[in-house]
Amino acid sequence: MKILVPVKRVLDYNVKPRVKSDGTGVDLANVKMSMNPFDEIGIEEAIRLKEKGVATEIIAVSVGPAKAAETLRTALAMGADRAILVQTDDDVEPLALAKIFKAIADAEQPGLVILGKQAIDGDNNQTGQMLAAMTGWAQGTFASAVNVDGDSVSVTREVDGGLETVKLKLPAIVTTDLRLNEPRYASLPNIMKAKSKPLDTKTPADYGVDTTPRVKTVKVSEPPVRSAGVKVADVDELVAKLKAIGVHS
Amino acid sequence: MKTLVWVEHDGTAVKDATLAAVTAASKLGEVHLLVAGAGVDGVAKAASEIAGVGKVHVADNAAFGHNLPENIAPLVADLMASHDAFVAPATTTGKNIAPRVAALLDVMQISEILSVEGPKTFTRPIYAGNAIATVESSDAKLVLTIRGTAFEKAATSGGSGVIEAVSAGGDAGISSFVGAEIAKQDRPELTSAKIIVSGGRALGSSEKYQEVIVPLADKLGAALGASRAAVDAGYVPNDYQVGQTGKIVAPQVYFAIGISGAIQHLAGMKDSKTIVAINKDEDAPIFQVADFGLVADLFIAVPELTGNI
Repeated sequence: MKILVPVKRVLDYNVKPRVKSDGTGVDLANVKMSMNPFDEIGIEEAIRLKEKGVATEIIAVSVGPAKAAETLRTALAMGADRAILVQTDDDVEPLALAKIFKAIADAEQPGLVILGKQAIDGDNNQTGQMLAAMTGWAQGTFASAVNVDGDSVSVTREVDGGLETVKLKLPAIVTTDLRLNEPRYASLPNIMKAKSKPLDTKTPADYGVDTTPRVKTVKVSEPPVRSAGVKVADVDELVAKLKAIGVHS
Repeated sequence: MKTLVWVEHDGTAVKDATLAAVTAASKLGEVHLLVAGAGVDGVAKAASEIAGVGKVHVADNAAFGHNLPENIAPLVADLMASHDAFVAPATTTGKNIAPRVAALLDVMQISEILSVEGPKTFTRPIYAGNAIATVESSDAKLVLTIRGTAFEKAATSGGSGVIEAVSAGGDAGISSFVGAEIAKQDRPELTSAKIIVSGGRALGSSEKYQEVIVPLADKLGAALGASRAAVDAGYVPNDYQVGQTGKIVAPQVYFAIGISGAIQHLAGMKDSKTIVAINKDEDAPIFQVADFGLVADLFIAVPELTGNI
């Protein structure tokens, strides 16, 4: 079966986001951008399923600017077989993203679509669930284990309070949580090989999707700053401070 | 505006996260609740007593027993024909169901709102809480998830909601529940605890976590938490994790012990009323947000604290 893996180009997770002084957003000029970490886990999981003989082909797809091609090349270097760049300079919302992925799923007929549970920029945590609704497929979100067995997949999910396992009929949607796997680094030979792997470029219009935002960002501001309090000299002073605010056994 | 609030429950009691969602919904208009599950009469009754509740829709059906979104989302979408907003707590259940509902309604969901600024205007964290966006929806209906720590909890008594059975929906036949490993503990839940004692990588082992962190939590009747580093190192199960990718907490007092204070961790606990940090590295970023900081060897200081408090 084919596996479709959407990937997003986002501000690198090690870079501290800075709010622009005009309050229109976060400054992305001249900062390091990388693949959304949850999507990297998605690519890795797809590769492992291919290595187990479950998957036959891995298609990475990204909706974003021309530079998102770099993110797709990273996916190809890790082990994806081909890539689709749906090029747009607009900030595409999860609802429209899901519509684009639905159109691609209709064309490619994957057995699984593996997405990151959220992108670390918008923190929406929506696209996978929305795609599941649009395709009418089952969803295994926040996955920490994925096991394909015949025409179904068992997904262990990280839920509040512990873990839960669901069995889903294929085709299905999986969204990744952090502990699903540890993504590999692309080797130099594979980075070279990735340059010649197929990468198609499309636009949202090719899939008939209108990406006009439904939600307007009125402004973006810094979160309230929490200031440092006092350093206490020893445990006795800490106990006294805590007792003063009513904390004691 | 008529809102429909998802009632999160464990089959017998309404979970606290629901109460914050009720408060958020009450800022938008009339509050209706949805109780879905198998054998949920008791939950429905408790839900009807939540202050300010108008109607309680009860969908009692084996297909709704394990919150499978494939079965629940069509039920919610049906009910949304007569409601203007679907409001769910931003728990793993709410996050699983709400976007599926939003897509069925062709609505762009607004996730983890922190405040209601207007009928269609909300604030929400982006970039792990490093920025706060004020956003306005242009959709005819709203689908929202609520960050529980940002809203007061509605009172669990004083309401007199009218219970109404819903017969719609059933098993979509594409998913089934296999099992769950939910840790049972005699402690408050992390997301509703008044005091949390969290340990980090500096503990060095699972044994040390048990030896140093647990007794302090026991003494204070506190919930247990951990940094991602401690979870990844296997000191504690992953549901202990506080942070951007774990639980978002805001207790009265948060003890960060042997936790350096990475951005990801701070995103999960910086709204705590009082933060206490114990760390031997005086330059640890945790001290920049701590109300009371103690630079000390945690293996000496914490047992002493447990003994003296």
